Amino acid sequence: MHSFARNRRRFSSTPISQHNHLDPPKPGEERHVTFITKEGESFTFEVADGDNLLDIAQENDLEMEGACGGSCACSTCHVIVESEDMYNKMEEPDDDENDMLDLAFGLQETSRLGCQVKMSKELDGLVVRLPSMTRNLQASDFESK
Amino acid sequence: MPVHHARRAPYVCASCIRRLHHVAPRITRTYATSGPKTAISAAAERSPRPSLRAPARAVHLRRNEYSTSTRKPLRLAIIGSGPAGFYTAQRLMRQVKDAVVDMYEKLPVPYGLVRFGVAPDHPEVKNCQDSFEEVAASTRFNYIGNVEVGKTLALADMKPHYDAILFAYGASEDRKLSIPGEDLPGVYSAREFVGWYNGHPQFSHLKPELDKGERAVIVGQGNVALDVARILVAPLNQLRKTDIAEHAVAALSRSKIKRVEVVGRRGPLQASFTVKEVRELMQFPKVGFKSTGLRSFYPPEGIHTLPRVQKRLAMVLQQGAPIDKHDHKKRWELSFLRSPHAIHAKKNRLNQVIGNRVDSIEFQKTNFVPDANPFSEDAKVHPTGEMVTTEASMVFRSIGYKSTPLPGLSDLGVPFDEKLGIIPNDVHGRIISPSAGPGNLSAGHLPGLYAVGWVKRGPTGVIVNTMMDAFTTADIIAQDWSTNVPFLNTEKGSDASTGLGWDGVKDTVLAQGVIPVDWEAWKRIDKAERERGKQVGKVRWKFADTEQMKAAAGLASSWNPQKMKATAGLA
Repeated sequence: MHSFARNRRRFSSTPISQHNHLDPPKPGEERHVTFITKEGESFTFEVADGDNLLDIAQENDLEMEGACGGSCACSTCHVIVESEDMYNKMEEPDDDENDMLDLAFGLQETSRLGCQVKMSKELDGLVVRLPSMTRNLQASDFESK
Repeated sequence: MPVHHARRAPYVCASCIRRLHHVAPRITRTYATSGPKTAISAAAERSPRPSLRAPARAVHLRRNEYSTSTRKPLRLAIIGSGPAGFYTAQRLMRQVKDAVVDMYEKLPVPYGLVRFGVAPDHPEVKNCQDSFEEVAASTRFNYIGNVEVGKTLALADMKPHYDAILFAYGASEDRKLSIPGEDLPGVYSAREFVGWYNGHPQFSHLKPELDKGERAVIVGQGNVALDVARILVAPLNQLRKTDIAEHAVAALSRSKIKRVEVVGRRGPLQASFTVKEVRELMQFPKVGFKSTGLRSFYPPEGIHTLPRVQKRLAMVLQQGAPIDKHDHKKRWELSFLRSPHAIHAKKNRLNQVIGNRVDSIEFQKTNFVPDANPFSEDAKVHPTGEMVTTEASMVFRSIGYKSTPLPGLSDLGVPFDEKLGIIPNDVHGRIISPSAGPGNLSAGHLPGLYAVGWVKRGPTGVIVNTMMDAFTTADIIAQDWSTNVPFLNTEKGSDASTGLGWDGVKDTVLAQGVIPVDWEAWKRIDKAERERGKQVGKVRWKFADTEQMKAAAGLASSWNPQKMKATAGLA
């Protein structure tokens, strides 16, 4: 079953000891990523190649839930890439990611799941926005159900 | 723009503390933000949580010694331990730094539909339990399992001891078809079938008759319907390693079901299942797919003209299952524009009933109403009068869940909207009642009473919907608390609550011989389930019986009310 293969953390009884620490970037290979929060504040972090946006956000106390633990089975780590050029540099989202993006709040053309975007040399300087949820919650969740 | 380095020294893993500390959204100034977490305070918050005790009491006594103007900590009762309740607790405890939450659950075990609703072959969806465990690890959180509010414990008896009560008890019933023959043997609600294969104690004795024939018909086209279809056609060797109930594995191994028809009143563009669930059903080896006339439901200009979500779903349906038509062992089908009319037992040629269980289901064909846009999600249909009968050895109704009023709601003045199946609320989560409005003309907020999850907004949505809904409710409770609006026991502007929470009501519970399950006891059940699962090659082998759960928790011998009192007193 395809969903099993990508599952990294499942049924953990010891969440506090079982997470992935991000390793610091090697000298000369520092990548920069900026998150813009719902409140409009920007935070820029220096990270290593291969780090995904969900891990980076959580490691830095940004408000990103990641309900499924980064296994591409929910859309709680939805981010919007600010620049279309940067979005086009990324690998296309696969079917599984798009299936989850279909359920995301405030979906945009440059939406991605944070857990599926890994930092690389090409993505140095990436800027992503965390979607504002309250507005979308009311728009899509309470109308004509 | 300030550059923060990803590493801070001394380094404490942010994942350890992230859920305990967040920058609070600026709803009001009063409870906004604190500075970056230090290693010391993070460690303090991670201290092991004692059992069901009430630290709030000690805190509030100490506070009152110094200042009468300082408020007691917010004491909140959450009724229900599913994702709605847990996500609200998580957010609220971050927002209101001294809030103490007592979470009541009628079963010994927590997590609601994450444990009993999410399909066993979707284990990654259950990873949200990791977050819930971190919530439960807080000293400001008490889990009180095996205590049924409204039965063991009256809402009216809880009221004096809390500032707020949050209803998060979900939807405990399902919508009925209300057609003749619905009660025939062989007709099941998807809810009870899902509960059965997920090991819910209420449904573990269901014994669905999977071996009476080859054809199952599922009425309804949501994700629950597709979960049922998937369990019926999925290769058993994939399922048995999951936490699916062992009694379900045994029964499914004897299943004769070969064809599963999923029937809806409207068309594929109106179906509420999502693309992931459809895709999964297309990817099993030896499972075919059939749906006649699909193309007629799509715009003549082509499916690429549809909005994104509908378009992607249509593409998966059009593509179908990759296996050859004649190579499948099992097949699932989608049928549209059929409204259930009657369920029949077997009849002879003289039209006399000779069977005592389901044999067929009769549908009335429907059509889009003349002024409907058939490509719109909310297009309506009407009956055509033309009937069609489908052979069926099993029928599942899967047309939605339904919330019911908790006994004693009216004692608190809480209304219940039977038609919508929800507790009336202001969309944010404040419970409203016509009787609380000014001059009884408009609905007003009932102080200290809130709702979240399916009992608040109806039984729809996936985990992200429930999470965001819960965050909204938590934010609104925090906002109300910070702006000093009246709460549950506010009398003439002052707080008359005892602030005791669980300590104020536990004697009532214990006097009835009910043994509450605290978080440590649940962890013992959890451990036992994993260990016995390992022995049979499963991730978890759930106890499907409340007595087994309690035995695994070792409660009968270790629960000592006197000891508990002493612990609470020491706190």
